[in-house]
Amino acid sequence: MLTATEISRIEHELQQVPVKKAAVIEALKIVQEQRRWVSDENVEDIATLLDMSADEVDSVATFYNLIFRRPVGRHVILLCDSISCWVMGYEGLRSKLMELLQVKYGQTTQDGRFTLLPNACLGCCDRAPALMVDNDLYRDLKVDEIESILMKYE
Amino acid sequence: MTEAPLTGHIKDGETLDLRAYEAIGGYQALRKVMQEMTPQEVTALVKESNLRGRGGAGFSTGMKWSFVPMDGKGPKYLICNADEMEPGTFKDRWLLEGNPHQLIEGMIISAYAIQADISFVFMRWAYKEAAAIMRKALSEAYAAGYLGSNILGKDYHLEMHLHTGVGRYMCGEETALLNSLEGKRATPRAKPPFPQISGLFGRPTIVNNVETLSFIPHIMNKGVAWFQSLSRTGDGGTKIYGVSGRVNKPGAWELPMGVTVRELLEEYAGGMQNGYGFRGALPGGASTDFLTTEHLDVPMDFTAIAAAGSRLGTGTMVVLDDHTCPVGFVHNLEHFFAQESCGFCTPCREGLPWTEKILYALEQGHGTTADLEQLDLHTRWLGPGNTFCALAPGAMEPLQSALKYFREDFERHVHEKKCPYGNHSH
Ligand SMILES: Cc1cc2nc3c(=O)[nH]c(=O)nc-3n(C[C@H](O)[C@H](O)[C@H](O)COP(=O)(O)O)c2cc1C
Ligand code: SF4
Ligand code: FES
Repeated sequence: MLTATEISRIEHELQQVPVKKAAVIEALKIVQEQRRWVSDENVEDIATLLDMSADEVDSVATFYNLIFRRPVGRHVILLCDSISCWVMGYEGLRSKLMELLQVKYGQTTQDGRFTLLPNACLGCCDRAPALMVDNDLYRDLKVDEIESILMKYE
Repeated sequence: MTEAPLTGHIKDGETLDLRAYEAIGGYQALRKVMQEMTPQEVTALVKESNLRGRGGAGFSTGMKWSFVPMDGKGPKYLICNADEMEPGTFKDRWLLEGNPHQLIEGMIISAYAIQADISFVFMRWAYKEAAAIMRKALSEAYAAGYLGSNILGKDYHLEMHLHTGVGRYMCGEETALLNSLEGKRATPRAKPPFPQISGLFGRPTIVNNVETLSFIPHIMNKGVAWFQSLSRTGDGGTKIYGVSGRVNKPGAWELPMGVTVRELLEEYAGGMQNGYGFRGALPGGASTDFLTTEHLDVPMDFTAIAAAGSRLGTGTMVVLDDHTCPVGFVHNLEHFFAQESCGFCTPCREGLPWTEKILYALEQGHGTTADLEQLDLHTRWLGPGNTFCALAPGAMEPLQSALKYFREDFERHVHEKKCPYGNHSH
């Protein structure tokens, strides 16, 4: 069940668009904001609100990299694996993260604190290598800075 | 000092708010346009300036606008493409974070030129700070009467919204962007009809890059001759260039259009890091062909870079140094393209993962001479004309030029049955 706030926010979005379907990405973003991911049940609820089939909603949800259809941890780490970060040796950061968190890409730590994901170029290639934790961007990274960055997130 | 109209006022890490922007003459161009110019005159001036799109394709901006029908009823749209996801590209971020009102003013003038009713800034998910800055700037612009109804007392009405994406390189392709704004998967549309005729929700729509639109107020203020005088070549204006990789001072600079590759590398990026040599560079992001040492004196404008067999693209250069494996470099690029392919057409959906696998096998020492032939074939199968959009041909540009300039490196992987550089894992 979507919350009353979620429903009213989605209904607000519906007023901005000429056809209901056009609000589906906004609706997915709204639902993911609090829940951190979008469940099958959420997909069905969004479909009902927007007069779409659940499959249609899911085809959009699964197309985009940053709509999560599986549970993620309390914090999501997006490690840039694109060209400038590769040239500057992002793989050291990757090994360190995997070692400290004991996860592979796509996995969540046992305590549910972090999910580790690779991400395409974060748009700060002059200060590579880079990563994001939730909304925070870290640049010019060195391997020995990783541990203290992780400590900032509960 | 060279003139830097787009970025000269931006202090490192700071944002020009509305008052600061107005203090340096901001929104004067909009005032002038509203008082003195018809929409057709704005388009004509932009066309005459020969401003070419900074999003990668380099199409004439004024020409693009001139295709928009100026009669008929129903809404028209102007969209700023702020999706910036081309690997190696970090120029629009600078403009978005540093001078959001310059972009907004450029968008209002551009929207007026095509008589658009609604405009969107389509911004990639990762630009969190830029999104917050843009939200604030939009509300300032509304409060000051630059947006909304009767802009500066004129009978012209424009709404402007920020839309943040949910992550997909294809959102930057202009027709896929329109689908995404309509709440669909970001797959491209067949052209024609072109978006100028039938775009967002089937209505006339213009899509322009951040850097392109940011130039509009300056052209209105200072005119065509000034715009052309900024450049060293026939392609007018300044350009934001960038360099990343193993150089001493990676960064971005606004410079006269047509500085050479060597100037960029040596004077601005401070030369190669100690112990590293230059082997080549992608001049304008991941989907451009390599330039090598023989191209160091090529001017970085649309025409000269094309004559050298590549594309200016986004103007942000990625450097390949002599300690980095060209095969591994291209493998990283093809991994990106394979992942971001929207899967809509077969050569791209099937061909890119295949390409990536072959490059991976080469890096692991399992490659054969037949694999190199397969790569050559792929550069043709996925080349221009065989796929639905420009993603796949773009993906082939660094590959085909690597096969041409760094052939020996590919062959060594086959014969030595390992990566001769050995410094990168995958
Ligand atoms: C796969 C793909 C991704 C693109 N990404 C962007 C982008 O992030 N930003 C951009 O301005 N143009 C991008 N483009 C180019 C746009 O399709 C379009 O040409 C451009 O936004 C037009 O603006 P301009 O004329 O001002 O350059 C992309 C093109 C392709 C094929
Ligand atoms: S070329 Fe690739 S990205 Fe473009 S439409 Fe075809 S499958 Fe999609
Ligand atoms: S390649 Fe990592 S930020 Fe651009």
